Amino acid sequence: MLEKVLFLLCLTPALAQEPCFPGSSHAYKVRISIKTALGNQAYVWNDNEMYLFRAAMAFALRSYHNGQEFNVSNIMVCNETPRVSFWFVVSSPENSSVLLKKGDVENAIRKSRNRINGAFLLTDQTLEFIDIPPTLAAPVMPVTPPWLIVFGVVMGAVGAGIIFLLVSSLVQSKRKKNKKTLDEDREDMRGIENGLGCDNLGGVYNTTFSDGDKFTPM
Amino acid sequence: MRLLLPNPGLDDRIHSYEDLERMDKEEAEDRPKWDNKAQYILTCVGFCIGIGNVWRFPYLCQSHGGGAFLIPYLILLVLEGMPLLLMEFAIGQRLRKGSVGVWRAINPYLTGIGIASMLVSLLIGLYYNTLIAWIMWYLFNSFQDPLPWTQCPLNENRTGYVPECQQSSTVDYYFYRVTLNTSASITDSGGLHWPVVVCLLAAWTVIGICYIRGISTSGKAVYVTALLPYVVLAIFLIRGLTLKGAMTGVKFLFTPNLMNPTTWLDAGAQVFYAFSLAWGGLISFSSYNPVHNNCKQDAIILSAVTGFTSIYAATVTYTIIGFRATEKYEQCISENIRTLLNAFGVPENSITTSNYDEAFLHLNSSHPDTILGLDIKICDMHKLLSEGVEGTGLAFIVFTEAITKMPGSPAWAVLFFVMLLCLGLSTLFGNIEGVVVPLKDLGVFPKKWPQEALTGVTCVVAFIFTLLFAQHSGLYWLTLFDNFAGSVPLLSIGFFEMIAVVYIYGVDRFNEDIKFMIGHKPNIFWQASWRIISPLIILIILVFYLVTQTQQQLTYLVWDPDSEEFPTLASIPYPPWINAVIFLLAGIPSLAMPLYALCRLIFVRVPATSQLTSAVHLQVLPQNL
Repeated sequence: MLEKVLFLLCLTPALAQEPCFPGSSHAYKVRISIKTALGNQAYVWNDNEMYLFRAAMAFALRSYHNGQEFNVSNIMVCNETPRVSFWFVVSSPENSSVLLKKGDVENAIRKSRNRINGAFLLTDQTLEFIDIPPTLAAPVMPVTPPWLIVFGVVMGAVGAGIIFLLVSSLVQSKRKKNKKTLDEDREDMRGIENGLGCDNLGGVYNTTFSDGDKFTPM
Repeated sequence: MRLLLPNPGLDDRIHSYEDLERMDKEEAEDRPKWDNKAQYILTCVGFCIGIGNVWRFPYLCQSHGGGAFLIPYLILLVLEGMPLLLMEFAIGQRLRKGSVGVWRAINPYLTGIGIASMLVSLLIGLYYNTLIAWIMWYLFNSFQDPLPWTQCPLNENRTGYVPECQQSSTVDYYFYRVTLNTSASITDSGGLHWPVVVCLLAAWTVIGICYIRGISTSGKAVYVTALLPYVVLAIFLIRGLTLKGAMTGVKFLFTPNLMNPTTWLDAGAQVFYAFSLAWGGLISFSSYNPVHNNCKQDAIILSAVTGFTSIYAATVTYTIIGFRATEKYEQCISENIRTLLNAFGVPENSITTSNYDEAFLHLNSSHPDTILGLDIKICDMHKLLSEGVEGTGLAFIVFTEAITKMPGSPAWAVLFFVMLLCLGLSTLFGNIEGVVVPLKDLGVFPKKWPQEALTGVTCVVAFIFTLLFAQHSGLYWLTLFDNFAGSVPLLSIGFFEMIAVVYIYGVDRFNEDIKFMIGHKPNIFWQASWRIISPLIILIILVFYLVTQTQQQLTYLVWDPDSEEFPTLASIPYPPWINAVIFLLAGIPSLAMPLYALCRLIFVRVPATSQLTSAVHLQVLPQNL
């Protein structure tokens, strides 16, 4: 009888310790990197911080399982290292020997991840739950791609420039053509003085005073 | 050396000194003219200083070991580059024609040299403008924060990144997948990728508008495109020197490696390409100069500027590369530290960057098995400094990554890509000059067409050709063109040019021309280099190039997410039909000169003899009047 009582007495603490061990099918590993996240403003990890963690976990589970009142005592922690990493398991509030499945714990943590991070001033990368990948932020994509805007500006400017240059060269060539015909008219007019053509006077046209150009085109 | 091949009728084909004097006084020439000397110098500087100065020279300098490369480079700059430069300047200024016209005037059988120059300029221009298109794409995309190449897209269930991006890096993914949508081999063309098509359209339009009236518009554009890169390089130099790890990069650049025989070969080839010799553009540009312009001074100035700019750009590039390598090295070490901390559960600051090595050794000796299972990466600074530092890899992967680590990244990205754009555009002006003017001289375009029409038609046709590079396999086609269209043909054209001027035009006549133009004969240095030294150097480089190229197996690097070595580029052999393409790219321009001479000999010589006698009669008659 006494041996049975002793055996049971020894077994219960063992049972109580048994749920939380590394690699358990119900346990999650947590790794916290305070110095990486906060540098000079890092706080020291101590039992109070651990209490806050357990409270945060309880909060997450409460918000996920509406109605079930999880307490700090339902969150059991073990295998703490100086790295600041540890394992934890969650027991059900109704029956403390029943441990919660990993899937439920994971969903609860995912839902309140930001709040948990915020409580510790950490991020998804510095407060790691091993095997719970953080939901990644989608890449920032503006509504209109900016490159299209710049492209439009550049092409607009270049197009306007091309049109301007083409039009100005057309105008210039037209002006040159007009000037040329004007010059030719002026040359034709040179031989006529006082409205009379030289040949009308009956004289001989003296080639000394006229431009030789007419006779020796280049 | 009085070797001179017979060249009848030379005086009838070129302007005499009296003609030149008259044209100079009366300004009666109908060729375009430079507004001022500065425009000419800036255009030539812009033409010579191109993207290669940023991404080819620094790589060569570093791979052969800085100091050990600079000495052959500078020696060959003086012995090979400068004489060829003066020769092209002087012949253009004297004969006052584009590249086809000049060689046709020296001897009609030599027109093939001009045609070869035009073909090479065309082929190089096609892929060069594709690079400009890619640069424009990156430039357009730099006007946003965060820069698009810092982010990976998520996969379908939003639990992780797209595997291609996860395994390589965001910059790799952005270049190979988003910008180019590269296929896995050159045979897999995969259709056109529309962002590249749009950017090609932009690139050809910009070139079109800058060159629309020939050098009267491009001469104004070079004030920006030739000077802005220097300003931006200065800004980057100041920024680069203040970055952590910059001096590591610069030291790496200039530390000499063991002297390699190929160092001289690479230096010689680099000098040749740096000066944009044998493209035909320089001959055209100097033909717009006044007759008595001091071309010797110009050649010396240009050589000095090119040499200085190469070293300057290399220094700036390596400050940035040193910064990036340092960042990556520190990241690698931090990751290793994290792995060790997590595995051994020790407090966070027990292993830091300063005591990493001792801590690692200690842990390795006490727990070797755990360490083996951890997959600790080896952080090799040397390897980080040497990776991806050439060509497109440098600009679009290494530099873009480095820029993302600098504060104010979009501004730096815009500056960098504007600089590359200007460098590329100013080279393209010379390129397009080397294509349009020979086409005009050959009579491909009707004489009545204005310059605007010539530029427009050239740009539209070239745009259609460059759609080849807009395919999914475009990157591989571009590398093919880069390797084969621009190497052997240029060297052979340069060699033929020297032989033509020295032994067919006659070096004595050439000396007299220079004396007429600048007032004194070139001294013994120029004589020796034109007659013997430079042709010999080019011949040696050409022969070695041919030997090494034919010995090499034809393989190329591909971006293949399914390959085992991913993300490293896999090396696969070219398909067999590539030999035909290579012959078209490299063989046709190189053989254009002998082929044209042969064709002319066979088809034109016999009927031309009767024409020649009647032409002689016509020339004689007016003078007898």
